[in-house]
Amino acid sequence: MFLTSSPIELAALIAEVQSGDRGGIACFVGAVRDHQHGRAVTRLDYSAYEQMAEVECARIIAEAEERWNCVVALRHRTGSLLVGDVAVAVAVAAAHREEAFAGCRYVIEEVKRRVPIWKREYFADGTVEWVDASAGDLERSRS
Amino acid sequence: MTAAAHSRVTLRVQLFASYAEALGQDVLELSLDEPASVLDAVQRIRALPGGDKLPQRPLCAVNLSQVTLGAPLKSGDELALLPPMAGG
Repeated sequence: MFLTSSPIELAALIAEVQSGDRGGIACFVGAVRDHQHGRAVTRLDYSAYEQMAEVECARIIAEAEERWNCVVALRHRTGSLLVGDVAVAVAVAAAHREEAFAGCRYVIEEVKRRVPIWKREYFADGTVEWVDASAGDLERSRS
Repeated sequence: MTAAAHSRVTLRVQLFASYAEALGQDVLELSLDEPASVLDAVQRIRALPGGDKLPQRPLCAVNLSQVTLGAPLKSGDELALLPPMAGG
């Protein structure tokens, strides 16, 4: 299971992928940020199409493991998270750091792009909005 | 009219996040004339109260895999309408 409603422990993910023949372990940890486009954020609620998210995470991991000869551990939170809470963590182990970094980068980028997870942003001014990552990309590309 | 002309495709539709909020429900059952495509289902859903808030061409999945709007639907399929993803 890649989705979890419990806090994510990075050490546990590293332990899952560590072995004597893998000398490089790259990790990415995504935490809840206290601001978005200049506005103060207090919390995020994550929801998911859980069945499809599990299938899509498994596909992404299989792609990375095949392409970079690495081993991947991945967790993504659901539920209500406060600023600083870990929302997603990836640990990738390979024989050497190059494959570990590449695999880690691939997994987090594909998770953000393909896995059906959504978040509702709670701002300090009391407003609540669904995050539209595609709109954000458009906004950034214009700036 | 032959019996085949009355064939229907019945399926379960899942809505998420902003789309579920727009429609005020997260699961609905649809019955469409055969043959039916994903686009036929989307058009039916957009005609429901609140459905005009959905894009004309939303991202869709059938049975847990992303599909194009031209993909065919058969009875028993699970169609999901997916708002822009925002994981991470």
